[in-house]
Amino acid sequence: MIAIIDYGMGNLRSVQKGFERMGREAVVTRDPKTILDAGKVVLPGVGAFPDCMRNLEEYGLIDAVKQSIRSGKPFLGICLGLQLLFTESEEFGISKGLDIIKGRVIRFKIQDPTFKIPHMGWNSVSIKRRPPVFADVPDGSHVYFVHSFHVVPEDKSVIATTTNYGMDFVSSIWKDNILAVQFHPEKSQALGLSILKRFGEQKA
Amino acid sequence: MLTKRIIPCLDVKGGRVVKGVSFVNLIDAGDPVEIAKAYDEQGADELTFLDITASHEERGIILDVVRRTAEQVFMPLTVGGGIKVLDDIRNLLLAGADKVSINTTAVHDPEFIKQASLRFGSQCIVVAIDAKRVVAHDPGFKPPLAWADDPKYKNLFLSNALLLAPDASRPFWEVYTHGGRKPMGIDAVAWAKRMEEYGAGEILLTSMNQDGQKTGYDLELTRSVSEAVSIPVIASGGVGTLEHIYEGFTKGKADAALAASIFHFKEYTIRQAKEYLQERGVPVRL
Repeated sequence: MIAIIDYGMGNLRSVQKGFERMGREAVVTRDPKTILDAGKVVLPGVGAFPDCMRNLEEYGLIDAVKQSIRSGKPFLGICLGLQLLFTESEEFGISKGLDIIKGRVIRFKIQDPTFKIPHMGWNSVSIKRRPPVFADVPDGSHVYFVHSFHVVPEDKSVIATTTNYGMDFVSSIWKDNILAVQFHPEKSQALGLSILKRFGEQKA
Repeated sequence: MLTKRIIPCLDVKGGRVVKGVSFVNLIDAGDPVEIAKAYDEQGADELTFLDITASHEERGIILDVVRRTAEQVFMPLTVGGGIKVLDDIRNLLLAGADKVSINTTAVHDPEFIKQASLRFGSQCIVVAIDAKRVVAHDPGFKPPLAWADDPKYKNLFLSNALLLAPDASRPFWEVYTHGGRKPMGIDAVAWAKRMEEYGAGEILLTSMNQDGQKTGYDLELTRSVSEAVSIPVIASGGVGTLEHIYEGFTKGKADAALAASIFHFKEYTIRQAKEYLQERGVPVRL
């Protein structure tokens, strides 16, 4: 069973539907026990970084996230669910993150005004290291993005893909049992669903 | 490289697509879910539903349409029309919409855009602007200032930066609300900038002059707004040929192109549009 962590932000139903379409059972939950008992955990999220961290704290979910990752079971972060794993973000001043991946979350700083912020739409991923979950994702595939901030990991060896938007930025990371993506697999049509499918198939 | 988006738009009334769609033989051609699926298969980059339901009682119907569409289609879905309070947005997002498009309420109460973007995130707040060209120094033009005293609009007039005062320095466009029925005396370019400041994540820009004409987008309007803001701009109103879409991206500097009839009536498929653009050097997702 897949637990999709619900901390009151974003459209979690679309992630759940994506798994259901791929024949996987997924629950949207904010119950720490359900999260800890689940075979796989997804941290989704849209919205502002500090609000999301505050909600995770309020709902008492920070330990559940950290323990899930420590336990070694497959963990998928989506969009803000990628950014929250980092040490800190510069969204609305400096906000502390979960500090599971060392590094920062910074705003796009592109001089050329033709690069609009948010980075919104379909952009391609350049695969640096291929996690098993990306088995059906050819290099250069287009996936759906919508974000104004991007992650900068200290340890470059965690980078799975980069994407170009006025500069190369890190569009996904892969470290041990953690796969976290800046784009939205649940909005990336067949290709995105293939990622959810492969994630669902992983052995816990 | 970020690709340019092609977005088919469906007018939905009482749960049915109106204005007709005839590109595929469906048992029920008016079912928005079936049409959404067909566009999904053609490779549309996003989908927009415009709810033109008139009565408040029928508002719940669009939620069901969104819910059923989102069950079937895994791409971004924007829903516009009749959004008045934050709970309208919340209900649409919970039903499966990814973004909402707001027009009249943004003009009545600009603070609403601030609240909405703070609560739900800028990424899901699209401000729709219906704009009509104003002839500079038109002797017949009178900015409708009388209603500026209306307390309903008081927030808008903390400064007159938005007031339409056409001169010969550049072309001007006036913002209309209520589905294009009410001129507001507001400069569309200044309004777009204001909405960006208030937290809009995207602008859906419709030229009222060009809408339905099939003679191309108002490229000057599209470019003026696109260059004035740093958020993405969706061009809308006037597409009759693939060249019009190409021009919207190149001359109009749009980030996305919205079109209805050329896709609905099978004049072109989404794929044909994208191949046309790719051949001419516009980055698209194929």
